[in-house]
This record gives sequence, structure tokens and C-alpha cells, in this order.
Amino acid sequence: MTTAVSHRLAKPPGKLVPVLVVTLALIALWYVGAYFMNATLARDAFARAKKEPTASELLFATYAMDRPLLPAPHQIVTEIWKSTALTPVTSKKSLVYHSWITLSATLAGFLSGALLGLILAAAIVHVPSLDRSLMPWVIASQTIPIVAIAPMIVVVGYNLMNGQMGFSTDTSRFIAKALISTYLSFFPITVGLVKGLRSPDTILVDLMRTYSANRWQTFWKLRMPAALPFLFASMQVAIAISLVGAIVGELPTGASAGIGARLLAGSYYGQTVQIWSALIAASVLAALLVWMVSLGGTAVVKRMGLAR
Amino acid sequence: MTGEGTSGTAKEAPAIKIAGLSLVFNTNDGPVQALSDIDLEVKRGEFVSFIGPSGCGKTTLLRVIADLEQPTGGSITVNGVSPEEARLARAYGYVFQAAALYPWRTIAKNIALPLEIMGLTRAECDKRVADNLALVDLAGFERKYPWQLSGGMQQRASIARALAVEPELLLMDEPFGALDEIVRDHLNEKLLRLWDRTQKTVVFVTHSIPEAVFLSTKIVVMSPRPGRVTDVIECGFPRHRTLDIRETPEFLAIAARVRAGLRAGHSYED
Repeated sequence: MTTAVSHRLAKPPGKLVPVLVVTLALIALWYVGAYFMNATLARDAFARAKKEPTASELLFATYAMDRPLLPAPHQIVTEIWKSTALTPVTSKKSLVYHSWITLSATLAGFLSGALLGLILAAAIVHVPSLDRSLMPWVIASQTIPIVAIAPMIVVVGYNLMNGQMGFSTDTSRFIAKALISTYLSFFPITVGLVKGLRSPDTILVDLMRTYSANRWQTFWKLRMPAALPFLFASMQVAIAISLVGAIVGELPTGASAGIGARLLAGSYYGQTVQIWSALIAASVLAALLVWMVSLGGTAVVKRMGLAR
Repeated sequence: MTGEGTSGTAKEAPAIKIAGLSLVFNTNDGPVQALSDIDLEVKRGEFVSFIGPSGCGKTTLLRVIADLEQPTGGSITVNGVSPEEARLARAYGYVFQAAALYPWRTIAKNIALPLEIMGLTRAECDKRVADNLALVDLAGFERKYPWQLSGGMQQRASIARALAVEPELLLMDEPFGALDEIVRDHLNEKLLRLWDRTQKTVVFVTHSIPEAVFLSTKIVVMSPRPGRVTDVIECGFPRHRTLDIRETPEFLAIAARVRAGLRAGHSYED
């Protein structure tokens, strides 16, 4: 997970070894850390059993605790294996099931955020007064900490939809989470698209004027194609924070499903292994989503003949 | 604003008629007189060059003709109507200093761009693209992207794009300025052939004296601060001319007059 940072090296064969070395070093460090963090708890357990542990007994005990301060990597791997491969996906114990609950809200929020961002950017680029009046609000919206505003959106939105509009509990939670994702993801899309839509050279815009092209034609034939590389860069950021938004949105409603719910339940009951498994699931999901958007971007750039 | 009251139908009117035209840019450092009291008439079928040092307003004047800049005084008509009406009627093709091809479009698609905007049928588009690519010797490069072509080929493609609109008037802003001398000579000859064959009116901005003298039927010498016309020189070379004429005494005499005009209008004090 930590090594997924893109190592853009010139020679492809040189990539695997450094990544492996860093990964192994991190895992080794983790085991060392786990020993020191769990040693006190383990000693207490031995003391309660009135037993004096040997050094190796103590070492192995720190890696096999039910509720360690820091679980060892193999404990997390085992937990993830148990809760994905060995559990049916329909079960509430399945990490796949919880990931899907979060993912669906993420995607819905991302799509509506992208749409909102597109509309805002097009408006800002075409109406000069909106650039001055709207853009400060767009920026201000992101200066409010999401953990402060999410409970309000979720609780108010949830009660409104579930109580007054008669939506089911699940639908209301889904929409509330998607709203948080939208709130977070429209921002990078708006900013990126405004920059992208303004990226064509003056000379290319002048050219459209000499053809007496209307705004609609200039937008679709010049501004939008020119903005596509910017859009994909923004979407990579947007989809990652959409996921964060959906997880944050699961925390305040006492949701029983989703990665956020797993995190919350894990912390209530001190299930650190479960927390870490959910964290890993979230980062794998985020990496996959960002990767898929970047694949899409590469394909589009190639299709447009811009790849050399 | 301009052009009202001009008598005569569009067919009889000169390609461009400019009287007392001026343009003041309001910059942060105060107003700048870009064009001052310009009088000029371009007849149909002429090849007119604007020549002058940078800052003399030659490009600005071309942009006024193209309705890309608005004059602040005087009058101008293009084909007997205002520049805006001429632009809306797509009466001219504009070739910029850079090829200005859209990087995500193939050469054929680039040339089809103005035709798509005009709403031509697919068949008509394809025909005009093929015809104009052949005209600039780029047949076979339809499916290439701009970056796969040399600078000279890109500029030829952009000329084909301007011609595809089938305008009566071709406005060219230092189209060969960024190319090397050999390519420029070659394209100058090609442009002359094209002009001869299509009988279009060409207005051509350049800062090269040999280029202006070789190409033009009329040379407009301009000078800066404020941008103004200092001399208009008629060139009587035959329509079918080759680069060889550049060695003739007549050619050198006109070149000398252009050079003198440029020197006279140029103040070295500032």
C-alpha cells in the first residue's frame, strides 16, 4: 500500500527491486514496532497467568494477541483473508460486502460531483461575473473541515429523507453519504476544468472566431478536448476524496454497513485487527479507483492522438 | 460603426477599403496609438503585403480587417460590408504565424474543422479536404497528427484549412516567419502559384523585404509609434514569376525603395 507511490524510473527492470526492498523494510519495521507496542500488554497477560515468559515466548505472544495495540501484518492478512475469501459476500462479516456499500456511495458521489464540477466550470469560464462571484464560494466550501460539516449533512439529510420524504433507511444513508462525496469531489473537478477550459492558446480561440463559431461549438470542439487531460488529473484526486467522504459519512449515522461502520465498530470494541483490515481495504479500494481513472485518462489521451 | 453608406454592391466593391482608420489600445501605461490615420484600398485579386518593423501595427491592421480588433476611429469595409459582417459571412480565411492546428485532430480533421462549423454535409467536407490537401501537396497525410509533420508541412496544412472555407480573401500573418529560408522560398513560390490559380485576394504581413517584393502586387510600408503607412509601392512583376527575378535590377530597385521607406519611417531615437 505504502509502496504504491509511482516509481517512475527510466528503466522498467529497475522498478521491481527498489519497490520490494522498501516493502520488506517497512514490514520489518512494522514487526519491530508491533513488539514494542504490545510488549507491556503481553507481559501483563503473562503476569495474570502467573508465568514468567522467556524472550521468545514474549516475542510470539506480542504477535498473536486478540486486541493488540498494533497488530502484526500477518494478523491483518489473516483477518482480511477470513473476511473476504472465506466469508460469503452477502454476509455482514464480509469485507467485500462492506466495501461495496462504501464503493457504491463513492461512485454515486463522484459522478454527481463530476457533473456539478463540469456545470460550475463551464459557467465560470463563460460568465465573467460568475468567476468573481462564484469562485470564492467554491473555495470557501473546502475550507470548512469535512468532519465538522459531515455530521450536519448526514444527520439533517438523513432525517429529512428518512423521516419526511419517506425514503428507506438504507436509501437515506446512501444518499447522505453520496452527498458528502459530492461535496468533496466537485472542488478539484471545478478547479481543474476551469484551468483546462481556459488552456487553449489565444490563437486557437481567435481561429474559432474567424470561423464565426458560436460558444457551443467553441466549447465542444476546442475547450472541452483541450480540458480533457486536466479533467482526468482532477478526477484522480476527486475519486480518492470521494471515498474518504463516503467513509466519513458512515461515521455519524451509526451505520451498520460500510468500511466506516467497520472502523467505528472496531474502535468501540477495541478490535484493532478489524480496524486495520478495514483501513487496508479502504486504501486498496482507493488505489484501485485512482488506477482505473488514470487508465481511462491514458486511453483517452491515446485515442486523441496526443500520446507520442 | 463602420461601412454604412458605402455605395455599390458587394460584387463591385473593393476587397478592402480603409479610410482614416485609427486604433488606440488602453493599456496600464496609458493609451497606445497602435494605428494612426490609415488610408488603404485593396482591389480584388491583388496580393498586398504589409511590411514594417515590429510594433508598427501591421498585425493589428490585419486583425482589424479580420474583426479580431475593433478600430477606435475611421472607417473600414471588407467586400463592401463591415468586417463583422464579412466575418459572419466567412468571407476570409486567416492564417496565423503559428500553424495553430488542433493537436488532437488529424490533418484531415483539422482541415474539416471550419467546414464542420459551417455545417457542410459529410460528402462536401470530404471533397474539400481532399481537394485542398492536394492543393498544398499534402495528399496522403490525412491521418497523421500535427506533431508528426514538419513545421513547413504544418503551415501548409493551416493554409489548406484557410482555403477549404473557399474565401475570396486570404489574410496571412507572417505565415512563414518561423520557417527556415529554404522552406520559406519554396512555400513563397507555392503561394504565388496558388494565388495565380485561385484568383484570390491576399493580404500578407511580413518583415522580410525579399519576401514582400517577390510576392506582392502592392507593398504597404509601415512604421511604428504611432503605427502608420509611410509608403505604398506598386510592383508590376508578371503573375508567373520565379525566384530568379530576385536577381533582376527591377527587383533590387523596388527592394531598395522598400528599405529606404522603412529607414525613413523608423526613428532610432527611442
